[in-house]
Amino acid sequence: MGNWIINNGLTSFILVVWMGINIFLFAWYYQIYDLPDEYFYTRHILGSALAWARAPAAVLNFNCMLILLPVCRNLLSLLRGSFVCCGRTMRKQLDKNLSFHKLVAYMIALMTAVHMIAHLLNVEWYNNSRRGDYDGLSTALSNLEDSAPNFTYLNPIRTTDIDAQQTPTYFVFTSIAGLTGVIITLALILIITSSMEVIRRSYFEVFWYTHHLFVIFFIGLVIHGAGFIVRKQETTKPPHNFALCKDRYEEWGQIPECPVPQFSGGPAKTWWWVIGPMILYICERVLRFIRYMQAVTYRKIVMHPSKVLELQLMKNGFKMEVGQYVFLNCPAISQLEWHPFTMTSAPEEDFFGVHIRSAGDWTDKLIDIMQQLPEGSQGPKMGVDGPFGTASEDVFDYEVSMLVGAGIGVTPFASILKSIWYKFKISNPKLRTRKIYFYWICRETHAFEWFADLLQVLEREMEERGMADFLTYKLYLTGWDQGHATHVWLHSDEATDVVTGLKQKTHYGRPAWDKEFEQVRNENPASVVGTFLCGPAVLAKVLSKKCAKYSDVDPRKTKFYFNKENF
Amino acid sequence: MGKIEWAMWANEQALASGLILLTGGIVGVAAQFRGWQFAAYAIAAGAFVCLLEYPRSKRAKGTSVERTGQYCFTVCVKSFGPLTRNYYVRAFLHAAICVPGGFMLATVLGCVCLGIASLIYLAAAIRGEHWEPILPKKEVTRKPTDTIKNPPQNPPPRPPPETRRKRVDDLEGAAYDNPIPVGE
Repeated sequence: MGNWIINNGLTSFILVVWMGINIFLFAWYYQIYDLPDEYFYTRHILGSALAWARAPAAVLNFNCMLILLPVCRNLLSLLRGSFVCCGRTMRKQLDKNLSFHKLVAYMIALMTAVHMIAHLLNVEWYNNSRRGDYDGLSTALSNLEDSAPNFTYLNPIRTTDIDAQQTPTYFVFTSIAGLTGVIITLALILIITSSMEVIRRSYFEVFWYTHHLFVIFFIGLVIHGAGFIVRKQETTKPPHNFALCKDRYEEWGQIPECPVPQFSGGPAKTWWWVIGPMILYICERVLRFIRYMQAVTYRKIVMHPSKVLELQLMKNGFKMEVGQYVFLNCPAISQLEWHPFTMTSAPEEDFFGVHIRSAGDWTDKLIDIMQQLPEGSQGPKMGVDGPFGTASEDVFDYEVSMLVGAGIGVTPFASILKSIWYKFKISNPKLRTRKIYFYWICRETHAFEWFADLLQVLEREMEERGMADFLTYKLYLTGWDQGHATHVWLHSDEATDVVTGLKQKTHYGRPAWDKEFEQVRNENPASVVGTFLCGPAVLAKVLSKKCAKYSDVDPRKTKFYFNKENF
Repeated sequence: MGKIEWAMWANEQALASGLILLTGGIVGVAAQFRGWQFAAYAIAAGAFVCLLEYPRSKRAKGTSVERTGQYCFTVCVKSFGPLTRNYYVRAFLHAAICVPGGFMLATVLGCVCLGIASLIYLAAAIRGEHWEPILPKKEVTRKPTDTIKNPPQNPPPRPPPETRRKRVDDLEGAAYDNPIPVGE
């Protein structure tokens, strides 16, 4: 329970606050239109559908303001940098930006549906009232003339010439609010259907390009409120008291106490909400462009087996931390696509590097281009944006660390292990780690031979310094078959592992965590052990349970802390 | 953008359109709008489109992700054979279904969304895509009698005992070639 609060408490708090603001806005704007006198006559025709349309509109204003902010990644990096004082938990919230963006998007979709249905009712009832379907008061209100310069009418549907069934459609498509409403709702629907997980994961380009319809969405949104369609009663001289005059509509303008009531609409107000984030987002895109124009030089280009490309790059003023990622853009392949890659170099090195695996159109083309380059020449122009992501400095704080990397999740650990080794060599006081247990779990080692090479190098260096037990690593191949097993059995006498070439033998199948935790506990009595995972959520559950199980309340014995990392 | 199966996006769009058409129809009928008959049609059309589009197609390349509980729908849709397999049919069907939605405001949005889905399906059809049902893999039942081969009747060929005895004084002469190759 305590673990849950530490890992999720701040997130839950932020969500509760956000939901609270949504509910408050809904209720507040609902009562603004449902109670006051100036909307009495409007409500006579529209009922509570008026309030039901305006309340979600307020929630929509709020959420459309919020939705642009989590995707300003450079702004978030700025915030992250300035939060150095405020604790890691706060900064980790900034890593959940995409989840928040999606949540806000769902709220926008829901509120759009409510808003649209309410306005369907409004338009239909205004039309009926104009046609005289309702009571005398309603017809009288709808018949109010549109006399310039003040536009004193109440019912925005002014024509009766068109077929009654088509009038609502005609009205919607000939008014600014209606037309922009339809266009932006359509844009929203296209954005949502192309953002479904199936599409996003398979065809990122469709998702990314369709998502740019948000430009149309925001332009339409800002114009949407123009047209003075929602109208309230103005005070006249002499005043028109609706309580008195509502039953004497035939005499309006003829008796002194009931002059013709005057109505007016309010100006568009959405731009107050969204102009700030729109400007911030424009700055964000400009900054990405500037970053893209900055010179990036290639220090080294290496083709690893299994189509893994390693790029070592240098850029002026680039500073990274362990576990962060960058976005790369290669105009020779695609002008508009930026792809994220976790950095595999350590901050102590004078370059930053990524390992790129063949995983789709863009990466395949990049590997192709690099393979055709002559020896020693610079690669194609590359734009780099970043670094992003909360650094995982906690790794250095624990005396004993258990690092678990599953599949592609092993990539940030390349950076971490290298950094730990550099810090150890120069006896960096920030490094409190004395022992590391590294568990590498993958289906097959294809595409990770470069990581095995790194482990080999570390293994060699540690032996030279007589520190062979600083790092204990175990590789688990979960995708073994009979052929594998036979091969290993035949070579079981050799000193190095036949699959990886490492001194540590490869294990097959998943780790038996109970055994592992027992071993760590026995070898490190009275230590605080930090467990870090980069891998599937299922494994996170298993590990956090084991950490709780093997931790001892007694402070003299071993304690395990599970850190849920989201590299 | 070479490897896109447009049908996947068309499917999402069509399912969403079905829901929007359905919602618009329900509002139109429940609030008794003018032209509520079109709304009633929209309810039926929306429900039909949802049922047709709910089962996802099997992807030509890559793993297909099923929607929850789509198996019964897959069986129903599959039973129409070429009518549901061919995306040209679907494109024209959706285009035809969406037209009556344009006659009433409540269903206009559903009409336009379904029209867009129809266009994306047309693009998919032109690219040669078609609908494949996702069916559970059938268990390959192996007949046990096939895999158990008869044990060998004869012993392996060996040279006579004198040559087989270990001749430590003449190791070179002791080596012999196996007439039948040993190994995989």
